[in-house]
Amino acid sequence: MAEITRDDVAHLAQLARIEMSPEELDRMAGELAHIVDAVKSVSEAAGPDVPATSHPIALSNVFREDTVGHVLTPAEALSGAPDAEEHRFRVPAILDEE
Amino acid sequence: MNELITSTAAQLAAKLSAKEVSSEEVTQAHLDRIGDVDGQVHAFLHVNTEEALTVAREVDAIRAAGGEDAAGLHPMAGVPIAIKDLIVTVGQPTTAGSRILEGWMSPYDATVIKKIRAAKLPILGKTNLDEFAMGSSTEHSAFGPTRNPWDLDRIPGGSGGGSAAAVAAFEAPLALGTDTGGSIRQPGAVTGTVGVKPTYGAVSRYGAIAMASSLDQIGPVSRSVLDAALLQELVGGHDPFDSTSLTDSFDTLAAAARSGSVEGLRIGIVKELGGEGFQPGVEARFRDAVELLRGAGAQIVEVSCPNFKYALGAYYLIMPSEVSSNLAKFDGVRYGLRVLPQDGPLTIERVMGATRAAGFGAEAKRRIILGTYALSAGYYDAYYGSAQKVRTLIQRDFDAAFAQADLLISPTAPTTAFKLGEKLDDPLAMYLNDVATIPANLAGVPGLSLPGGLADEDGLPVGIQLLAPAREDARLYRVGAALESLLEAQWGGPLLAKAPVLGTEKTGGVK
Repeated sequence: MAEITRDDVAHLAQLARIEMSPEELDRMAGELAHIVDAVKSVSEAAGPDVPATSHPIALSNVFREDTVGHVLTPAEALSGAPDAEEHRFRVPAILDEE
Repeated sequence: MNELITSTAAQLAAKLSAKEVSSEEVTQAHLDRIGDVDGQVHAFLHVNTEEALTVAREVDAIRAAGGEDAAGLHPMAGVPIAIKDLIVTVGQPTTAGSRILEGWMSPYDATVIKKIRAAKLPILGKTNLDEFAMGSSTEHSAFGPTRNPWDLDRIPGGSGGGSAAAVAAFEAPLALGTDTGGSIRQPGAVTGTVGVKPTYGAVSRYGAIAMASSLDQIGPVSRSVLDAALLQELVGGHDPFDSTSLTDSFDTLAAAARSGSVEGLRIGIVKELGGEGFQPGVEARFRDAVELLRGAGAQIVEVSCPNFKYALGAYYLIMPSEVSSNLAKFDGVRYGLRVLPQDGPLTIERVMGATRAAGFGAEAKRRIILGTYALSAGYYDAYYGSAQKVRTLIQRDFDAAFAQADLLISPTAPTTAFKLGEKLDDPLAMYLNDVATIPANLAGVPGLSLPGGLADEDGLPVGIQLLAPAREDARLYRVGAALESLLEAQWGGPLLAKAPVLGTEKTGGVK
């Protein structure tokens, strides 16, 4: 069984910005270890000589003409925002006061 | 049942252009059907009644006026369509099946939607899906599951269970889906409908909310192979708004479906896509289909793809890795839900944590955390790096297989539709549903699922999957249409004619 502790999951959840309850952390640690066990065989499949594929059909140098196309108006861009002010997204404090 | 709702899209298009029916009549018939059966099926998250009827009347007016405008109408104009709710649409909410986007209105249309509007297909509404297309049953939708029209206690597949069920229940003749690991093909298999994942890049992804960008593909959902070909031609083609969009032309798909033949083709059975884990009734219908093709003049060969056994593992590393990155944009700032933490300081970081905790369901969280883990320093090479190498090996397996065969064939899904709730608490069991569909996404090759009959043990639909080399989508439609007509000749009509009766027409019906 892969070693994934509750603390590991708490760290990952913090990185992923998802608040989790203690029960959720416990359940996720168990599930994650189970899933990682099932997928880790990939590390035995390929030797160092096999190149990686990131994209199924590789394209390169995809360019377009350098012209202004259709862009959203500020009102359109902000239309789904939970909070906005003067054509800007409004966010809570960026920094903790402490 | 009303003939307007049981007709194929191609039949409707012919009746519309011959002015035998109006688009308003056709569209209204489908809206009535939705009103009648969607309480049972729950294929739709939003029904777009007014706009659909407005577009239908517009088509009717153009056709009635005649002249250049009528001649210039797209052949499919006036044929209604349903859209998976992962594809953004102006004027209707787009939720991706998630609380985090509940009620969100997109300020722009996806490229496929622009094409559908230009061709004047009335959009009936938005169909249900697993949250952000993550699942094989639609049970991970935040808005409740869709039910399989063949048995309302069973899953319609996923993630595109809503689109497949809508088409299977005659609520729409056509629908759009998205397929990242089988989300068009597996729902097609378990609902007795047709679903196609085109070659990666053959249909623009612009405006499809990304789950795993290197795997996602928009494609057609229908009740016939020809209808799927017509729809892929309509929505496909190069799009400068999608940098992965191919510049190849895919305009011979409907012609290929109409020509339908298998004479002299080499069709390969993939040794690894069968046996253990595959239901006997699924394997029996698969063997029947292979024998039909052999009888029609195809040469059947066996091919081996030894690295397919690593495909599921590679997929469940690459996909969550891309998910963890793509879903970072749901931050409670730019769109969708914002939830404030119950106590403590109100910083943006804590607002994000509370928002994402409340907005994402269990499967989305599981995949984000798994992806964050796979991309972590120290694990990256062993997991994500290795999975990308497996992707190369799977492409090589396909290359070798396609050197021996023009086309590959397999069951689409290992089992028929299972009961709602049966696999919900076992993520790994759920993931195994896509074992036969995932290799195509990893390699970018096109795949088609069509109905192969009913399994003996449970009387539920079985799907047959065809796979072609990248860019050879036309070959799928040619062989798919040929197999479809061989099968339908045996059944004496489409498989869906055997489906139980739903809605108010149930009075005196079967089951």
